[in-house]
Amino acid sequence: MNKKKRQISAGRRHVAAGDRLFLVIVYFAVFLITFCCVYPLYFTVIASFSDATDLYSGKVNLLPSGFHLDAYKEVLKNNSIWRGYANSIFYTVGGTAVNLFLTVPTAYALSRKRMFGRNFLMTLFVITMYFGGGLVPTYILYKNLHLTNTPWIMLISGGLSVYNVIVTRTYFQNSIPDGLYEASRIDGASEFLIFGKIFLPLSKPIIAVITLYYAAGHWSSYFGAMIYLANSKLHPLQLVLRKILILNESAIQNIEDAASQEAALSILQRMELSHVMKFALVFISSAPMIMIYPFVQKYFIKGVMVGALKE
Amino acid sequence: MMKTRKEYQITAKSIGQHKKGYIRKRLRESWQLYILLLPGLIYLLIFMYGPMYGVQIAFKDYRVSKGIWGSDWVGLKHFITWVSYPKFWTLIKNTLSITLYGLATFPCGIIFALLLNEIRNSRLKKTVQMITYMPHFLSEVVVCALVLLLLDMNNGPINNLIELLGGKRIHFMGLPGLFSSVYVLSGLWQNIGWNSILYISALSGISMDLVEAARIDGANRFQTILHVYIPGIVPTIVITFLLAVGGIMSLGYTKILLLQNNMNIEVSNVISTYTYNVGILSGQYSLSSAVGLFNNLINIMVLLLVNGIIKKVSDTSLF
Repeated sequence: MNKKKRQISAGRRHVAAGDRLFLVIVYFAVFLITFCCVYPLYFTVIASFSDATDLYSGKVNLLPSGFHLDAYKEVLKNNSIWRGYANSIFYTVGGTAVNLFLTVPTAYALSRKRMFGRNFLMTLFVITMYFGGGLVPTYILYKNLHLTNTPWIMLISGGLSVYNVIVTRTYFQNSIPDGLYEASRIDGASEFLIFGKIFLPLSKPIIAVITLYYAAGHWSSYFGAMIYLANSKLHPLQLVLRKILILNESAIQNIEDAASQEAALSILQRMELSHVMKFALVFISSAPMIMIYPFVQKYFIKGVMVGALKE
Repeated sequence: MMKTRKEYQITAKSIGQHKKGYIRKRLRESWQLYILLLPGLIYLLIFMYGPMYGVQIAFKDYRVSKGIWGSDWVGLKHFITWVSYPKFWTLIKNTLSITLYGLATFPCGIIFALLLNEIRNSRLKKTVQMITYMPHFLSEVVVCALVLLLLDMNNGPINNLIELLGGKRIHFMGLPGLFSSVYVLSGLWQNIGWNSILYISALSGISMDLVEAARIDGANRFQTILHVYIPGIVPTIVITFLLAVGGIMSLGYTKILLLQNNMNIEVSNVISTYTYNVGILSGQYSLSSAVGLFNNLINIMVLLLVNGIIKKVSDTSLF
């Protein structure tokens, strides 16, 4: 009896020791993954404040070297970055407004079972998720409508995501009680009234979710602007970033009259400064997203869940 | 009582009339909903069905002066050009190898969720989640810029580390063999946290009774994962995996174009970047449309196949 008990406890101890080792591995792995995720972001920040020469010669790795604001000063002097920022804000706000205007009422109508032809109309929307015209036919369409090289194309292209329509429709169907709708109908309320006064106020969570998804999409995309906007005055921030960060165009303003500036830089200094400016630029351009992210992340996560639950 | 043929015809006719009246009534009843639907529907017809109408140029020699409708039909000419293009198989191979590589990293999100699930300290867990979701919110341009900066041959910290460990500096962006790794692993970096969300929520839905029972039966933590947690999230895994497989040929071009350079063009040229190069850059609209249509049709076939498999193995399906 006693012996058996001892055996069990010995077994337990064995398990506990194995678990402890396992937990050590788990914590180590989680730490490693987290470190890998955060390091590039951390490096961007320290690099952007570091001494340009040290950074350029690869001496900055884990700690910043000094605290310099030259890169930021120089970046803020660059007009195209400011213009890109302003354009991006305009495209994001305007484009998201268009998105919501096109998505939410449509989703409401498609969620009402009494709408005649609902299944047919729904199919019409869903087909576009699997089949589309493709790059060139879309390009030709915008060209024929004389929308290319105007700011309006940035508000209109990608105006409707059928995926978001489905997510919103599912929310209208599942999260707002049918009784509420029926009662309002019996009281003689019009669909416009029910949509505006009952459904919209009750669906703030889902509207927050799709607003964020749309806004993030507008803010981070570069491709549409690249093929549709030839005029660089219209370029959004991402396209300006592409020019500087990917195509390696120097972000230092006024290259031509650099010689006339009081602090004329040597070619090496120029390269070093351009390099550290890239980090400052990454930081400045990503800061809005990263800063508002902790406050809105729960909505994004909710979006993933709702999307997974669709039908 | 027997009905004559005429009587039958009359009833059929009146049912038809009834039906017409019914349709009219239903249409009249729904008009307010149609008005709400209208903005979305008009957009859909112009901007999403419009390009589908334009797809016919894949079978025509499109001339801007003649318009989409007026251009001459040429049958399958552009498809034949595409299939007999010397690099046809290279493009298919590049597309497939990059997507399959990406698919191979599919378990990473699951493993990360399982690891995180073992951490009981909820504040630590929340912090880790928040940090690992962050890269997901960076734009493609910024992610690719970070890739170039961190992997830089001369001063990138990754190469600094390699040198510190006694290795030789690697010209990551100049070696074609490393392109798919750079592409896929930077995607993994950006999305590993984000992809674990669904699994984390599925794991939190598993009853603690099951876990307790396994512990009492003497299972250690690792065995609990194998026999309780993983079986508990299999439905989620199946769906996400099949969705991932469904998109196997729809490799996007936006990120690849950013990472593409003269040194890796041989392996970084995929079907979608080809449609861009041929269509937008060289202006061969018809050929590009044909390639795009070809790719879209393959996508649909893969999706239908995947959907068929889902229907067989589980109750749920995509459509």
